[in-house]
Amino acid sequence: MSQVFLGMPAPGAGNLFAEEQFPAAAHRELGNTQLRANLRHATHTIRDKRIRVVGELPDWEALRDAGSAIKDASMANLDQRLEEFEKNFTARGGIIHWARDADEANQIVTRLVRDTGSDEVVKVKSMATQEIGLNEHLEAQGIAAFETDLAELIVQLDHDKPSHILVPAIHKNRTEVRDIFLREMPQVDPALTNEPAKLAEAARLHLRKKFLSAKVAISGANFALADTGTLGVVESEGNGRMCLTLPETLITVMGIEKVLPNWQDIEVFMQLLPRSSTGERMNPYTSLWTGVTENDGPQNVHLVLLDNGRTRALSDKFGRTALNCIRCSACMNVCPVYERTGGHAYGSTYPGPIGAILSPLLTGIEAEENNSLPYASSLCGACYDACPVKINIPEILVHLRGEDVDSKRGKKLLPTQMDLLMKGGSWALSSGNHLGLLEKALPLGKLVAGKDKKIKKLPGIAAGWTSSRDLPAPPSKSFRDWWKSEKEGK
Amino acid sequence: MRIALFATCIVDAMYPETAKSTVKILERLGHEVIFPAGQACCGQMHINSGYMPEALPVVENHVKAFERSDYDVAVAPSGSCVSSVKHQHPVLAKRLGKPELKERAEAVGAKTYELSQLLTDVLGITNAAEQLGSYFPHTITYHPSCHGMRTLGLEDRQLNLLKSVGGITVEELPEADQCCGFGGTFSLKNSEVSSAMLDDKVKNICSTGASLCAGGDVSCLMHIGGGLSRSGQRPGTMHLADILASTREMEVAL
Ligand code: SF4
Repeated sequence: MSQVFLGMPAPGAGNLFAEEQFPAAAHRELGNTQLRANLRHATHTIRDKRIRVVGELPDWEALRDAGSAIKDASMANLDQRLEEFEKNFTARGGIIHWARDADEANQIVTRLVRDTGSDEVVKVKSMATQEIGLNEHLEAQGIAAFETDLAELIVQLDHDKPSHILVPAIHKNRTEVRDIFLREMPQVDPALTNEPAKLAEAARLHLRKKFLSAKVAISGANFALADTGTLGVVESEGNGRMCLTLPETLITVMGIEKVLPNWQDIEVFMQLLPRSSTGERMNPYTSLWTGVTENDGPQNVHLVLLDNGRTRALSDKFGRTALNCIRCSACMNVCPVYERTGGHAYGSTYPGPIGAILSPLLTGIEAEENNSLPYASSLCGACYDACPVKINIPEILVHLRGEDVDSKRGKKLLPTQMDLLMKGGSWALSSGNHLGLLEKALPLGKLVAGKDKKIKKLPGIAAGWTSSRDLPAPPSKSFRDWWKSEKEGK
Repeated sequence: MRIALFATCIVDAMYPETAKSTVKILERLGHEVIFPAGQACCGQMHINSGYMPEALPVVENHVKAFERSDYDVAVAPSGSCVSSVKHQHPVLAKRLGKPELKERAEAVGAKTYELSQLLTDVLGITNAAEQLGSYFPHTITYHPSCHGMRTLGLEDRQLNLLKSVGGITVEELPEADQCCGFGGTFSLKNSEVSSAMLDDKVKNICSTGASLCAGGDVSCLMHIGGGLSRSGQRPGTMHLADILASTREMEVAL
């Protein structure tokens, strides 16, 4: 992206783009029946678990309100919160690096790793580093990055892309995972079965050596607490904890929106996050660190604070609450579109409902094919209902559709069918008289319908409808006309 | 009570019987129904497709039509259009920098009810057979449309009304809370994903053995009905208002 936005904060780069229009990508993914079966099973299981544990809390709605309010307050003074965090983190021996975009962040991390003299790193599962394409960048610089989260490891070994933010390998079933391990793990037991315990054991053996030898770890962070200068990672497997404690150098890459005002705020988020993401009351491992502790854990502690379009998203007053996202993944687990297309259809690191708003907010609606993402929703609202910080995703989707339509005004030579439909519709539907006049033509619909009073084939964009649905023949008289003759005697 | 009917454009043009049924039910209860003449559409199609300036005259027209007439409450046989009136109109006005329209839209929205909401919360209907004389001796199932369920929070209002109809059997719809895939222009722009969602809805409806699927939004019912019809399955669809309007004397045919 070489576009210059005057007066508009810089757009994000990295893995934030749909590479093709969503309907085309969805067409491909819908054809993969194995994928659909895996996704259906996985999303439904996690949905049920989430509903069960959320239902246990009588104050769930109050917690959601609190989460949303804390995030709003934090975002309203983000600059001050970040400076406060920097001061406290630095005072405890941590070193802060500010990165404007993906490129800068990648360069900073590369330099920090090089400075240690190491050519390999272990990684804690992190969305920010996926977003900036850090693994690929490091590889190109001759530094090997080893994912240690089981699902990330599977995806990495398969040279694939994550398709879910919490369960990156959700599109693979157990047998597929076994096959990947047999193919890609050098010393794996050739008799490996597809039992989850056996697969986990194979991964553990594979990773153990890395944990013990790695000098550098790279992580993301779930939150940063401004008043104490503390960073936190929430995880299930404990592999993250190993990375965060064993190596000498720890480099964390975190989006600037993750900062919370107070230590006390984690009380709210530690209740919201595990329940919303894995459907557990509590996650097994929560690691918190504040700068450097002498002779305990990493002695070189860095934090790369990443903008990459976040300031841009923050400047959009109708879209900025998307930055309140705590990456729990509840919205994609309940999304009927995601359930059918999977995460790859969205192109970006962030799939599902949150991805459909966050990616275009970070990059700008006109970037690559991101303008198709806000339409990847029936606006059913299941995401908004599930979101622990109450991001009104449907409303932001609609807002971004408006941005998309506005961005094209005056640029096209010919109006699209949709433009014409909307222009005509605006005339017809903005007056009872106009609509009444058009309704006089309703009997004509009978001409299009078959003997069974059904319309089975329509041209143009309406063909999308008749590809799988009939349309009833219209009535001969509108309600409006009936009312006039019956009730008003006209 | 003087009740203003917002027929909604799709009911007005495609499903006039549903508006007539709404009038019938309310008149049966002794209320006066008026039809504000200038009304046309809530503008949701334009708003949800991103055509905000084009939506503006549609929204302005609705607000004008419903602030001009003299009535106690307004009602529409649609959860989706009522959601738009209550929630989208003020948001659109704000986006387009029209604070005065926002206020007027909020005033109209506050007086507007979805049918089951009006019947249950305002008119105190808890038993359709007894209070409305509703009679419909068939086995049905019920799809709760998303905007009514989630944006308006209708909960079981529609279902409870249906269950209290005389002679009716209501079979539970598996995965009822899942969207049917309509989504307005979503069904055109992303027609394949929409169809995949519809497929599952159709399968679930057929699995109940019901003769028809009832609901509170003709747009979703048109979508579901279109899928059922295309797949050659027996069940049809019918709006809640038409079932409530059906009586022993004047039974509505399947
Ligand atoms: S948008 Fe809400 S539900 Fe979706 S991942 Fe973010 S916090 Fe979770």
